[in-house]
This record gives sequence, C-alpha cells and structure tokens, in this order.
Amino acid sequence: MIEREQVLHVAKLARLRLSEAEVEKMAGELSGILEHVDRIGELDLDDVPPTAHVVDLENVLRPDEPRPSWPREAVLGQAPDPAEGAFRVPSPQAEA
Amino acid sequence: MSELLELTVAEAAAKIASGEISRDEYFDAWRGAAAGDELNGYLWRAEENGAGGEGALAGIPVAVKDLFCTEGVQTTAGSRILEEHRPLYTATAVRRLGEVGAGLLGKTNMDEFAMGSSNENSAYGPVRNPWDRERVPGGSSGGSAAVVAAGLAPCAIGTDTGGSIRQPASLCGIVGLKPTYGAISRYGMIAFASSLDQCGPLTRDVTDAALLLDAMQGRDPCDSTSVGIEGGVEAPSRQDLSGLRFAVPAELAHDAIEPGVRAVFEATLKRIEELGGEIAEAPLPHAEHGISAYYVIAPAEASSNLARYDGVRYGMRVEGEGDVIEMYESTRAAGFGDEVKRRIMLGTYALSSGYYDAYYGRAQKVRTKIAEDFAAAFDSFDFVVTPTSPSVAFGLGEKTADPLAMYMNDFFTVPMSLAGIPAISIPAGLAEPEGGGPQLPVGFQIAAPAFAEQRLLDAAYALEQAIGFDARPGEGGDG
Repeated sequence: MIEREQVLHVAKLARLRLSEAEVEKMAGELSGILEHVDRIGELDLDDVPPTAHVVDLENVLRPDEPRPSWPREAVLGQAPDPAEGAFRVPSPQAEA
Repeated sequence: MSELLELTVAEAAAKIASGEISRDEYFDAWRGAAAGDELNGYLWRAEENGAGGEGALAGIPVAVKDLFCTEGVQTTAGSRILEEHRPLYTATAVRRLGEVGAGLLGKTNMDEFAMGSSNENSAYGPVRNPWDRERVPGGSSGGSAAVVAAGLAPCAIGTDTGGSIRQPASLCGIVGLKPTYGAISRYGMIAFASSLDQCGPLTRDVTDAALLLDAMQGRDPCDSTSVGIEGGVEAPSRQDLSGLRFAVPAELAHDAIEPGVRAVFEATLKRIEELGGEIAEAPLPHAEHGISAYYVIAPAEASSNLARYDGVRYGMRVEGEGDVIEMYESTRAAGFGDEVKRRIMLGTYALSSGYYDAYYGRAQKVRTKIAEDFAAAFDSFDFVVTPTSPSVAFGLGEKTADPLAMYMNDFFTVPMSLAGIPAISIPAGLAEPEGGGPQLPVGFQIAAPAFAEQRLLDAAYALEQAIGFDARPGEGGDG
C-alpha cells in the first residue's frame, strides 16, 4: 500500500506538483498497480542475470571528427525564454 | 472513393513508376481523403506534396505518428507540453522514407508520449475507431491505425513499446509490424522507454509492410543501437506454410480471451494447418509476468526520459512567482496528462532508493526469463502465435477509470517487446464484441526470432492470402 507521504516524496523527486485530489487518487492507483507487479516477487530469480538491453552490442565507435553543431540561434529559437544567447530561468535563489 | 485510393502502396508505386498515374494526382486524392477525417486521426495535414525523390516509394504519401520529429512541422507527441513544438530535424525513419520518394501526408494522433492502449490519453482528444465511432482504435498509434483502416491514408508508421503498433492494427483491422529492436533507427523518435521503443509500419497488407520496413531499416550513426536487417527485406511471395512449426503458448488457455476472439484465433490455427503448417503447444511460463515487468521497466525508463521536459530548452513553460524548482513543477503539472504523471510516478518510485532491487532489478530479471522462454521455443519452432489483443475494440471510456484493466490489453504483445523480437498482427476475421453489437476486426499475432523479419513476412503473407480478409469499416469509414 502506497501512503500519502510516499506519493508526496516521489512527486518531489519527479518534480511533479500534484493537487490534493491527485495525491489521493495516485496513492490508490499506484497501490493497485504495484499489488499486481508484486507477483514477480514470488519468482525464484536469484541466479538470473538482469537484462537491461536486448541487442548484444560492444562499444559502437566512430571517428572523432569535428562537425558543426546546431546554430545557437536555431536552438534558442525553441526556448520559452531565451536571453543573451542563453536559456533564462527563474533565479534558484528566489523565495518560493 | 476514388479508384486511386483503392490501390495498395505496392500497386500505386508501380503505377507511379510506370507513369500510369501522376504523383500530384495521387497525392491530391489522398489529401482530399485526409481532409475528410472525422475520426480525429490527424493532428496536422500537409498542404503540399512533399514526395519528390526517386525510389521504391516514389510518390507515396505516408501518415506519420506525431512522435516522430519532422523538421519545421509540429511534433507534439500527443502532449500539451509540446503543443507548439517544431523540431529542428527529421527522424531517421521519416528521412529514409523520403529518400526513396515518399512524402509526408500528415501527423497522426496518439496517446500522450505513446503511453496508452486506447488513444484516450491524447491531449488533443481521443481517436475514434472507423468500425464503430463509439469505440477506441487502440493505442498508442491509434491515429495511424485509424487513418489507414478508414481509407484516409495509404499507409502509416507508428511506434511500438509494448504493443502500440500491433494492438491498434488489430482493433482497426489492418496489418501492424513491430520489427526487431534495432532494425530501425530511433533517432528523432521522441523517447518513451528507450530499451523497448521501436518504429514500424501500419499498412493494408503484408506486402506494403515489407516495403515500408525495407525503406526504413538500417544502421544509423545517430542511434548506436540500430543495426538494421542484413540484406534488407523483399516483397513476400510464399504461398504455403509447409515445413513451418507454429507454437501456441501452453499457458494461453488460462487467460481471459473474449469468446469471439478465441473463435477467430482457433479458425486461424486451422487455416495454418490447411496451408501445411504444424501447430503445437510450447511452454512460455514467464510470459504471464510480462505485464508486471513491463509496467516497471517502461515507466522507469520513461521517468528518466521525460525529465527533459522542464520548461527550459523547448516546449511549454509555466512560471509563477517562485524559484526555478517551482517553475519546473508548475510546467510539468500543467503540461503532462494523468497517465503520463502516473507512469512518471510509478517509474520514479520503482527506481527510488530502497525499492530499486525489489522492482526494477527484479523486472529486469523477469525480462531475461521471458527472453529465455522465447529462445527455448524457437529451438523447436519457427514462430509463436497468439491473438494480438484479448478483446475486439472496446468502448470509449470503458477502461479509463481502471489503469490496470487498461494495461491488460497489452498482455499478448508485451512479452515480444521485452524479448526484443519481431511480431506482426494481421487481420484474421471479425467477431461480435462481448455484450453484442456489430462485428469488429480480430488480429492474429505471429512472432519470430530476432531479425527473422523476412521469414515472418513470408509466413504472414501466405496466411493473409489464405484468410482473404476484405472487410472494410462501414458507415464510420466515410472520408
């Protein structure tokens, strides 16, 4: 069972702000899903290696040749608040 | 419907190549059809014919899931957070289609960030199933499946992470192919779960699926996991299935499959035998744990991939009076829908300190067991077959209140994704939904060993010819 406090903790880790109603709903839904997922806890998996990736690849290398990057203006043109050739964000020191 | 719209992609490409029909005439016919979309299948439609090059798909317009970056053309991933997003570059899969002469017909609706099995998670409204507009087209490539099924596009591409090509293809009565992980570059495909995401075609028939796959597959320096299919794939021509062995998972009998779906599945097995194929049960004991493993691994990867949507470099920003952290939280709260938030929460939880081993670590081990089950089956069989989906298309709103019930739609498609192997869904017949109503399409799934796409397409083609599925959506499919 996922408690309200855990939902708030995980939401903070994920940088998600949840409304009071969302917190309650999320606690119930996550509990239900995890209850199903918990069935894999019954399997004997002690000596099983984990699979992170299905394609068996060694390091994929390419020649280290310089090539042009995206123009700064084009990239900044996508930003919500570009300023002075950079991405502007609210100050980390602002009073929340 | 114009005769041009009746042609398959292969037929149209041949007529364009011989000069029998002109590119502009063909594009205009499809642009007209797409303009009549009443299913909310398209999020954007091309005004001009972009199909200029020469090659196997010269003059063929393609509907592209809005998860693929298209330079200068809106790419929303079905999310509010990317509402105005116009990428600086085009995804490799789309670029490759262009290199053999295909053009962009439109961008198709989808579940937000490809998370969903009904297309009801789109920020731009649900897509309707052309067979019954009160039902879902499946998801997450619901728009791509619906526009092909309804005759609003000659072909489409989508992405499949746990069934997102095969399940909507099944529910809409068309062909959907998830290639081997690594067959097609993921570059420019907005990431959901990077170890599972794979691009593939949604088409009217198996031959067209082979054509699109061949155009898109290949190694790409921009995606180090792309290896391509050696030798490419050719148009399938096999007429029988003699000498081929098909495995039915032994555990299948215990699973909840709608009676109508089961009847079509069993009739298709008989058809395989009539074509000379051999059918036997094979144990896939861990496949039933696929949903559990998938709904840990995919959300875990998603929670990491979606960290980039923070209102700094592109997309939406919501700013309050507070600091940068508050800006991140406000942006993500406003920009993401319920299912995306749920998966980010689930994935973050599964990766968080104290839970990592119990969830993510164990899920990765289950993934190994599932891949081993398939490998063992392929020691004595050529293919594994299942229904694509446990049910025909269900009603809009029917499963939105119960996330777990929605996830169970992926029961038969998730194991192949976890194992990274190719699987195709072909329409096998029609069945009445549980609770009654007009008949709806049923998909038949065939899975093969990694990079055995040619064998898979050949067998699917032989079966397709024998089944002769020619039903079309009724009154819902006008357009």
